[in-house]
Amino acid sequence: MRNKTSLERLAEVEDVILRLENIKKSFDGVTVLNGIDLDVKRGEFITLLGSSGCGKTTTLRIIGGLETADEGRVILEGVDVTNEEPNKRNVNTVFQNYALFPHMNVEQNVGYSLKIRRRSKEDIKKAVSDALQMVQLEGYEKRMPNELSGGQRQRIAIARAIVNEPKVLLLDEPLGALDLKLRRQMQIELKRLQKRLGITFIYITHDQEEALNMSDRIAVMRNGVFEQLGTASDVYDRPRTSYVAEFVGSANIIRGTAQGSDENTVRFVNSCGTGEVSRNGAAIKDGEDVVTAVRSEHIDLCSPESGAKGLRGTVKEKSFSGGMLRIEVGLEDGTSVVSSRHGINADWVPGDAVIASWDPEKAVLVDLEG
Amino acid sequence: MKKKKAAGNGAFKWFVMPIYLFTLFFVIGPLIYMVILSFLEREETWGVTNTFTFGNYLSIFDPIYLKTFAESLRLALISTVLVAFFGYVFGYFMAKLKPRMRKMMMMLLMIPFWTNSLIRLYGWIIIFRANGTLDSVLMAIGLIKEPLKLLYTYPAVVVGMIYALIPFMILSVYSSVEKMDWHLVEAARDLGATPAKAFWTVTFRLTLPGLLTGIILTFVPSMGLFFIADILGGNKVVLVGNLIQEQLMKVHNWPFAAALSVVLMLIMTVMIWAYRKIAKADELEARL
Repeated sequence: MRNKTSLERLAEVEDVILRLENIKKSFDGVTVLNGIDLDVKRGEFITLLGSSGCGKTTTLRIIGGLETADEGRVILEGVDVTNEEPNKRNVNTVFQNYALFPHMNVEQNVGYSLKIRRRSKEDIKKAVSDALQMVQLEGYEKRMPNELSGGQRQRIAIARAIVNEPKVLLLDEPLGALDLKLRRQMQIELKRLQKRLGITFIYITHDQEEALNMSDRIAVMRNGVFEQLGTASDVYDRPRTSYVAEFVGSANIIRGTAQGSDENTVRFVNSCGTGEVSRNGAAIKDGEDVVTAVRSEHIDLCSPESGAKGLRGTVKEKSFSGGMLRIEVGLEDGTSVVSSRHGINADWVPGDAVIASWDPEKAVLVDLEG
Repeated sequence: MKKKKAAGNGAFKWFVMPIYLFTLFFVIGPLIYMVILSFLEREETWGVTNTFTFGNYLSIFDPIYLKTFAESLRLALISTVLVAFFGYVFGYFMAKLKPRMRKMMMMLLMIPFWTNSLIRLYGWIIIFRANGTLDSVLMAIGLIKEPLKLLYTYPAVVVGMIYALIPFMILSVYSSVEKMDWHLVEAARDLGATPAKAFWTVTFRLTLPGLLTGIILTFVPSMGLFFIADILGGNKVVLVGNLIQEQLMKVHNWPFAAALSVVLMLIMTVMIWAYRKIAKADELEARL
């Protein structure tokens, strides 16, 4: 028996269905992707999360073959497909605007990939009806796309992409055009569908809540690189950089200079007061810069008279957001922190002097970026 | 699609009145005049008598005239097919050019319209005539030994027709390709279609309305264009247009010329009606 190549090993032993190796891409001299590495396991749900222009759609297009990487390799099931045409890859895409063929009815749209492959009429009919059942749109075969609602078009786009049983399904902000309620519902349905089909999903969104809800792993993208790649709780609870902390957890970023730290806790001072953050093995010495991220639900406010340690500021704005009281505090150095803690005192009014503090265990040290 | 309700505003009605009057005097009036004329008998030397007759229509069934109609249809068909092919290819690639280049191509297409079409046709005479530009160039590069003497031949007329009509096809295809949502082609490729298959099943189908409009814009006038056959075909190619012109200007048989015109118009109306039927049945305009 001949030796397996490293690529074959990758697919069979490590069960990596898709690997991206140092993918680079630029358009007209502007770098869009600057070295993307990713291993996707069979059946995994991976989300590329980032704001617009971070390169997430380009990454997806390179996987699908609609764009060619300038550098790097795309390996699908142990086969290098970097320069393969899109029609030769067993990967399908659910496009952002659905891209349903307006001149074909639902049946023709969903059956398109099978008809291209010259499957028999009965086969196509059967597969289409199965796919429509999967997205709960049986009986819509003869409708035209312009006779469907946004949510229905969405489902048809998904049915069309899964009917040929791709190895990997790429979804480019598939829920972006739907209203909030439908979005929530579709999130649950998509996740269920993925579990049932066992297809690997690579999902793009700029909505961190969506990413946290659905994904096995999240890649937070920024400026054409993965800023952090990890499970939902990795990126939410242990953000590596200030950008990830702000983008995923809407965390407050607080800076200072380390002073009086011990082996468990890093203490720091800045012009507004003092703060603490659990060390978690970080090698920060006194006198060094400290950047810490604290999510708004962990920020506590009390009056200066209480003598509590923390950062001095004044209440700037009070509002309700998502059923939570949200208080923005302007600190003395001109920055601000947001507190939206459960059971927060609702009596604060703009202008009140306050001290902002937090449990050091709930704060994380991050790298400053941006 | 819902029909838009016309503005029931009283003042607005008066504003559009001149347009109605203009149409009445210069379109509907002459049309009625022509139809009436076609049923009258000809005066021996000039004008018409007030006698009603079907004779003008019956004489169209003379084999000579039927042959002219057939000849016109044949030329129109050949020209339209060629214009459709070259015009579609040109319009398609023009729509895919970068915006700057697109504007330049548009200018190049429009500039000839600033010159009288008759004068432009005389240019073709210089190109086509024996030992003219075409012959000299082809002989100089050694492709032919004898002059082709294309002027006053059928191919010369076809080239003239293509030249005169292709801009309409290009513009009509262009506007429809320009509106294409290229994501649909990407979707087709993603779903397994080769570039050719994606073109036929998606791009071509969605730009068909532009092609059909172009075909109507080409076919209808090509039935009536008489001066191209006149100038580039000598008197060898006689079309319905030439026949009408001859009957009207030389023979002074106005009623017969009118009858020929009415029949020509009916043929064109049927063509347009058929086009509408096809376009509607396919719901080609249906878009997301």
